[in-house]
Amino acid sequence: MIWNKEMECADRDTMRALQLKRLKKTVKHVYDNVSPYRKKMDESGVRPEDINTLDDIRKLPFTTKEDLAENYPTGLFAMPMHDIVRIHASSGTTGKPKIVGYTQNDLAMWGECVARSLTMAGADKDSVVHVSYGYGLFTGGLGAHIGAETIGATVIPMSSGNTQKQITFLQDMKSTVLCCTPSYALTIAEGVAKAGIRPEDLALKAGVFGAEPWTQAMRDKIETGLGIKAHDIYGLSEVMGPGVSTSCDENNGMHIQEDYFYVEIINPDTLEPVADGEKGELVITTIAKEGMPLVRYRTRDICYLMREKCACGRTTVRMSRVFGRTDDMLIIRGVNVFPSQVETVIAKFDKELTMNYKLYVGREHNTDTFELAVELAEGLAIDDIRFVEALKGKVEHALRDMLGIGCKVRLLNEGTLPRSEGKAVRVEDTRKL
Amino acid sequence: MLVKQMSVFVENTTGRLADLTGVLAANGIDIIACTIADTVDFGILRCIVEDPEKATEILKEHGFTASITEVIAVSAEDKPGGLDKILRSLAEAEIGVDYIYSTIRSKEGEAIIIMKVADPKKALSILG
Repeated sequence: MIWNKEMECADRDTMRALQLKRLKKTVKHVYDNVSPYRKKMDESGVRPEDINTLDDIRKLPFTTKEDLAENYPTGLFAMPMHDIVRIHASSGTTGKPKIVGYTQNDLAMWGECVARSLTMAGADKDSVVHVSYGYGLFTGGLGAHIGAETIGATVIPMSSGNTQKQITFLQDMKSTVLCCTPSYALTIAEGVAKAGIRPEDLALKAGVFGAEPWTQAMRDKIETGLGIKAHDIYGLSEVMGPGVSTSCDENNGMHIQEDYFYVEIINPDTLEPVADGEKGELVITTIAKEGMPLVRYRTRDICYLMREKCACGRTTVRMSRVFGRTDDMLIIRGVNVFPSQVETVIAKFDKELTMNYKLYVGREHNTDTFELAVELAEGLAIDDIRFVEALKGKVEHALRDMLGIGCKVRLLNEGTLPRSEGKAVRVEDTRKL
Repeated sequence: MLVKQMSVFVENTTGRLADLTGVLAANGIDIIACTIADTVDFGILRCIVEDPEKATEILKEHGFTASITEVIAVSAEDKPGGLDKILRSLAEAEIGVDYIYSTIRSKEGEAIIIMKVADPKKALSILG
């Protein structure tokens, strides 16, 4: 099913013409109404009327997370508070939260985007959508919520936490679509198994998971554990929230809602565009937002773009899954390491290890220490020290192969690490640099 | 005789073993024999308890990776050469021994030795 065929399946010329029209309007809107944008554009010697093709977007300065911090709280708002009807804020890992304001039209656009996303996962008016993202300033909960309401499905606003209660509602309300973070989906799947419930006893058919990077291996675990088809949803609070892009049944990248978002991929070091299919940093320009439009916003998320036609019939450009964030990248002994790489290694040992892990980075005698704590799989027979030592050795070896640096492995009993109820905390870096 | 031994993975952190014995104590599980094999990062506690299946289940519920291994319990004379006699018979029959420990309870003049061997049934028939 496709929620909005006209937009999602538009021919490329129509889409690009619409994007150009909206881009011009957005650039004029921020130039006229947001002084930091006007200042930066003036400094770069570019005026709204210089934007005559989509490629002209490269004349415009980038917007970064630092710009949001400098203009905290509402310095980048393009509309008076009188027209702002909703505020969200991102769970900023450092410093001040990033505040986002939505007009009534912005909320309608968000609902439309998430309605398209949920429809990709098979949701319709008859669906029962169980939302286990946190509700509040975080965009996950209310984002999934507004999309489900736009479709006219039945929404269960569970919010995150209290896994036991989540499972009771999944069973009793016969929820058909689950929305949460992938790590929380795993926690729920674990709880379902512990309660002795078989996946086929649940009415769940699909899940729409996002807000943190995850791997194919984690997807496989969630799909078997809950007996569902898992879909990837992408978004950032600053840009809107979930629904910027979502994966369809083909599971081959996430369709970007191009009538609302213009995307570029750049080399984060040179800031030059990279070719389609090549990994780089995703840059988003919101071309229909009123409250807080973002022009060439550097997301820090690493992915690549796919423009070949998708078998689902949609013509929109797709982005790959997010391989990591330039800002959750760790530099250990001079080597770039992404937690997702470690996850890929753990997934290879699915008989022996769970997907619950935590990375500890520290510094001793001026050298970085790097340790992976990971839980043993349930039901593993262990009597032999050599078996456990050999397992530890094999994981360490595989990590070295993947990362190019050594990582010590510490095995833990299953259930030792805290379970995620939202975004999983995967790294503890105690280095004082 | 053949005995079911419980093997439990224990992280090498202070108090972790006490967590484990605490669970056993709270559930009234008596330890008949125990030993711990340790490395820098972790240990494996091996023990003989009254009802190993039940004990294993309880430990699993409390988040321990626990499993059951078949070992043999043999009686040795509590005097010089007692253990040697047993090990010599096994060596002559070319049965490898992985590890050995003894029970906490003992009878006068007799020690009960717990052994993990390559072929428990054959070992028992040799040792009578």
